This record gives sequence, structure tokens and C-alpha cells, in this order.
Amino acid sequence: MKDKIAEKLLLFIALSAIISLMLITFFIFQQGIPLIFKAGLGNFLSLKWAPTRGGFGILSMVVGSLMVTAGALAVGIPFGLAAAIFLAEFSSKAIQKTLKPIIELLAGIPSVVYGFIGIVILVPFIRETFGGPGFSVLAASIILGIMILPTIVSISYDALLAVPNTYREGSYAVGATKWQTVVLLLLPAARSGIVAGIILGMGRAIGETMAVIMIAGNALKIPGSILDSVRTLTSTIALELGYAAGDHRGALFACGSILFLIIIVLNIIAIRITSRK
Amino acid sequence: MTFRIGPRTSQIIFYVILLTMTAIVVIVLFFIIFYVLRNGVDQLTLEFLSDKTREMGKEGGILPSILGTLFITVVATVIATPLGVGSAVYLVEYTRAGPIRRIISFGADCLAGVPSIIFGLFGFIFFVISMNLGWSILSGGLTLAVMILPTIIRTSEEAIKSVPHTYREISYSLGGGKLDTILRVVIPTALPGILTGVILGIGRAVGETAAVIFTAGSSLGLPTSIFSSTRTLAVHFYILAREGISMPKAYGTAAVLIIIILAINFIAYRLMHRFIARYY
Repeated sequence: MKDKIAEKLLLFIALSAIISLMLITFFIFQQGIPLIFKAGLGNFLSLKWAPTRGGFGILSMVVGSLMVTAGALAVGIPFGLAAAIFLAEFSSKAIQKTLKPIIELLAGIPSVVYGFIGIVILVPFIRETFGGPGFSVLAASIILGIMILPTIVSISYDALLAVPNTYREGSYAVGATKWQTVVLLLLPAARSGIVAGIILGMGRAIGETMAVIMIAGNALKIPGSILDSVRTLTSTIALELGYAAGDHRGALFACGSILFLIIIVLNIIAIRITSRK
Repeated sequence: MTFRIGPRTSQIIFYVILLTMTAIVVIVLFFIIFYVLRNGVDQLTLEFLSDKTREMGKEGGILPSILGTLFITVVATVIATPLGVGSAVYLVEYTRAGPIRRIISFGADCLAGVPSIIFGLFGFIFFVISMNLGWSILSGGLTLAVMILPTIIRTSEEAIKSVPHTYREISYSLGGGKLDTILRVVIPTALPGILTGVILGIGRAVGETAAVIFTAGSSLGLPTSIFSSTRTLAVHFYILAREGISMPKAYGTAAVLIIIILAINFIAYRLMHRFIARYY
């Protein structure tokens, strides 16, 4: 009897995550979708963002989000993969045990601290070295690239470790070097895990807000170069939500709906890849 | 004649490249921590930690933000821990592979990937406006509870999974029911692992900005109840840095944040290792 009640109660508790997800989906879309219909797709996908005067175009922000995400991946993938390969294949147990938690610590540093480091070090450096305002696609890409490192490293590392040891032994037995084994056997075998890690990293980059606001400059136009200022979907939401009302608020939730949709699609892809074992 | 690099040479070249890139990652991390601490540590006086914030943060200390962060984190943890641990217990002890487990796992995995600004939007429209809780510690805490739920579920799940099966069988053979076994054998054994998840969740909550700024607000008064609006350390730091109110105070606040995060991660790491050493 007691066990039966406990089981029912635990089932209810266990549904909390999926119920939260459904509530989030419902409220974000319920607040955002009506505005997209009201404004019309033409207006919504245009370049003119003047939400207090009927301009609800999010195109430049969508492009901005995609640009900084691509930049973050360009920084995060090579460094993340290199660190994962180095840890999994070229390190002793002792080094693995020390470096893994150190790299995971990167995930614990608050995003405002990354933004701050961007403001005081990276932005002035870019301004003085390459010119331009400093607050730029480049600055945002580098900081976001660092922020997504732990995701890419952890998941790729686990994927590499999951490759059976017989692969390595067979490869060494026919005279291959460690590096040849990594490139020809281990990376292809761990491919799906690595791709999942990159997709999750991509989700983190596209959804990051505070660090991007602090260093991207937030100008409302499509950047002409990586040294130009850029504004993302997330920055627009965070910069304007504090004072937005009416349709303006609806428009911010519409931005949120688009962002949420992208994230859910990325999550589902990553989940499908990792559970297909 | 083409010039070819032998496999031994390429091995050495790529080893050096990998080593250098890994070293850069580690150096960047240490640089960030070192830089913030070096610039902030001389701000850390007892007065800074225990004084009210004055003139928007230009003067005075950060006591209201310390208290605000503490209260919001407590609310989030108190709500998310039973939900997270309960979910994990149900997943491991009551489900087999099948649609129910898939749905619950999907919920947790998906929630883990939702960015904090979406939690901010949701908390704002759901807790602050629809439930009429206003900008408050309660709204912020509830929003963060949803955000840290997947961290607690996933870590607790791993911890409960690693409790050896013989423990359960011995308990059953002594006449223990399922619930008794879970409460007296499984959870106590998995406790260090579960705590690691809770502590990592606390770490996420303490450093969060986007999800709390629109749910708890940014009031600088000392919080008097869970319905008070408050400004967490991360939000205070963000406002100080972005509006250029006071660089020394910003560095000081950042140093406090970093020290808390380092301590939390260190404790979680130690707990996890004691747990792993015992059961693997």
C-alpha cells in the first residue's frame, strides 16, 4: 500500500521536468506567435526593427546570432577537439584526472565574468590591433568559443573513451602510430558523440546572452565584417524586456520563440544521435 | 620528387600541436581566474562584505546582493532537490526501458539545453506576471529551480545507478519493502553523488544572470521577505561593469563570485571523488 502511493507520487515528481518544458513551450509561444501573425511574415522577416512604431523585422538579429555562433564554433571546435584528443589518447591517468575537472571548471564561470574579461581585455586588444570599435563579431566569437569548450571537450572525450580498446590494439599491431590511429580509426568511430557535443555547444553559443551583450556592441544592422558591431536575438530580448510593453513585448517573445525553436531542434538532433547506440 | 613526412615525424608534430592547444585552453582558464582575483582581492574587506550598497554601487558594500543571492539559491535548491532526486529515484528504481523513461529523460535532456534567457522570459511571464508574484526572491528562486532541475536529475541518476545491486537484494532478503530499501539503503549510499548534483546546481544558480534579472529584479534594498525584489551578485556585477559605475567595486564583486564558484566546484569534485573511489 505504502509502496503503491510512493510509486504514484514519484511518477508525478518525475514528470516535473517534462511538465516544465511544456509550460515553457506554451508560454513562450503563446506570447510570441500572435505577434508574428499580427505583423505578418514580411514585416517579421525584414530588416526594420522599430517595435514601438510597428517595425518588427528580426532579420539582422537572426543573421547576427548565426554569425557569432559560427565564429564560436570556429574557435571552439579545433580547441575543444584538440583538448579532448590530447586528454583521451595522449595523457596518463594522472593528467586526465587533473585536467578534466579544470576544463569543466570553465563551465562553472558565470557568463557575466566572461563578458567582463571581454570588455577589459579582448575588446581593447581588438580595437588597438585590428581597428574598429572592438565591440565586434570577433570579440563575441572568441569569448563564446571559450564558453562552449567544456561542452565540446567533455562529450568528445567521453565518445573517444567509449571506443573499444581492441581498435587501438589492432591498429598498433599493424604498425600504425598513435596519431594515425586517432585520425583513421578513433575519430571516425567516435564521430556521432563528437557531432552531438558540437551541436550542444552550438546551442549554448546561440542561446548565450549576457556575455554577448557586454562585448558585441549591439548595433542594429547586419555586420559588414567581423570587426563590426553585431546584435543577436538574445541580446535584443535582454536589452529591451525591462521596458517593453504591448506589441513590443510580444515581439521580444517572438524572438524568444524563434530562439527556442532553434534550440529544441538542436537538442532533439543531439539527443537522437547520442541515444542511437 | 615529392617530399614526404614520415609517420614518426607527423606523430611528433601533431602531438606538439595538441599539447599546445590544450595548454592554451588551460592557460586561458587560469588567466581569467587569476586576473579577476588579482584585481578584486584588495577590495575584499569586511566592510565591503557587510555594508549596504550606496549610490547605485559606487559606494558601500554588497551585503544586499550577498543576501539576495543566498535567499534565491536556497529557494531554488529547496524546490529543485526533492523534484530532482525523486525523478532520479523513479527513473532508476521504477522504470524499465520504455516510453515513460524516454519521455522523462527527454524532458530532462531538453531542459538542460534551454538557454537562460528563455528561462528568464518564461519566469517573467509565468511567475512574475501570470502568478502575480512580482519581481521577487520567490519568482527568481522558482525560475532557477526549473533551470537547475536537470543537473540534479542527471547527477542523482548516475549516483543511484552506481549503488551495487547486492545492496538492494540484501535489504529485500531481510524483509525490507521497496520504499524502505530506497529510503534506508539506496539514497544513503548514493548521497555523496546526489549532493554533488545539488552543489553543481547551486553553482549554476549563483552565477546566473539572464534568468534572474527579469524575475527577481534589481532592487538594492535589504530583502525583508521572499516577496522582496532583490539584486543577486551576478546581476549587481553585470550592472556595475556594463554601466561603468565603479570598476574597483565591479572587480570586488567579481572576485566574490569567482571565490564562491571555485569553492562550490572544489567541494563537488571532492565529494564525487570520494564517491567514485568507494564504488568503482
